[in-house]
Amino acid sequence: MPDKRLPLWEVFIRNKRGLDHKHAGSIHAADGEQALQYARDTYTRRNEGCSIWVVKSADIIASQPQDEDSFFAPAADKIYRHPTFYEVPEDLKL
Amino acid sequence: MSSDLFQYIIRLGDNALINGQRLAEWCGRGPFLEEDLALANTALDLIGRARMLLSYAGEVEGQGRSEDDLAYFRNEREFRNFLIMELPVGDFAFTTARQFFVDAYDYYYYRALQDATDTTLAAIAAKTLKECEYHLRHSSEWMVRLGDGTAQSQARLTRAVAELMPFTPEFFAADEIDQVMQEQGIGVDLDTVATLWNNEVDRVLREAALARPPLSFTRGGGRQGLHSEHMGFLLAEMQSLQRTYPGLQW
Repeated sequence: MPDKRLPLWEVFIRNKRGLDHKHAGSIHAADGEQALQYARDTYTRRNEGCSIWVVKSADIIASQPQDEDSFFAPAADKIYRHPTFYEVPEDLKL
Repeated sequence: MSSDLFQYIIRLGDNALINGQRLAEWCGRGPFLEEDLALANTALDLIGRARMLLSYAGEVEGQGRSEDDLAYFRNEREFRNFLIMELPVGDFAFTTARQFFVDAYDYYYYRALQDATDTTLAAIAAKTLKECEYHLRHSSEWMVRLGDGTAQSQARLTRAVAELMPFTPEFFAADEIDQVMQEQGIGVDLDTVATLWNNEVDRVLREAALARPPLSFTRGGGRQGLHSEHMGFLLAEMQSLQRTYPGLQW
């Protein structure tokens, strides 16, 4: 039996000009236009946004939990990649 | 003059109020969660619009009646909404078709009302127009989706359009109050709105692969306070709390 449920979409909202879009959640919709409308209705009811992106969840390529060791562990002991070996001039400190 | 203006505003307010009340019946019963939320959002927009208009009507009347007095303590014959607003909620196709007809009307109506010489009405219209634009986008989209969808959705929408079309000429039937208001630079030109509305309806029906049904009869009377048999039940539900506990607040 074919899957009759509507596809899932991930919603990204930018709440202010100049800031990044942030993942807000997900919704079901039949196509892009409907996804955009439902994203608006679901996630911008309380003035949260000035821009919306929607993307089909199926189009996101995600790393898998079993990739964790090979992807992320090798970075753990390479402390020289962190910019902690430089003297930061006093005037540049935030 | 002020009683014509009062009647004029009451009509706009009642359309929004009764449409909002009907649409809110979908809350918790939408076809799926996202659309449930979208329908409730629209209903809230309509009730917000009704609040602005009824408050202003009370102010114009000058007898100290508040928005709540006007919404909850008038009787059926004193309501001035179009009949289409009070028809039972029906299935989703019926709701979609009703909202589409009403949204398209509101969009062109309030766009024109922005130029009213009455600055309060012009400001309400400018705020309302932004909501109408979104409502129209949402309902037009569903018209096309259902009309050009499955055999089932097409059959239901075809039936809904045929049932609702006879109620639409009431949108454009100008009476004395409309004329007086238009002469004062407040009321909008209903002939212009009618042309724009007809073009938009034809365009969307075409896109939805639906034929426009011929008009064999028309229904009206809401603006004279002559309502359908459904109105009393709607008011009973809407007004019962305030009538039982007058002045009750959240």
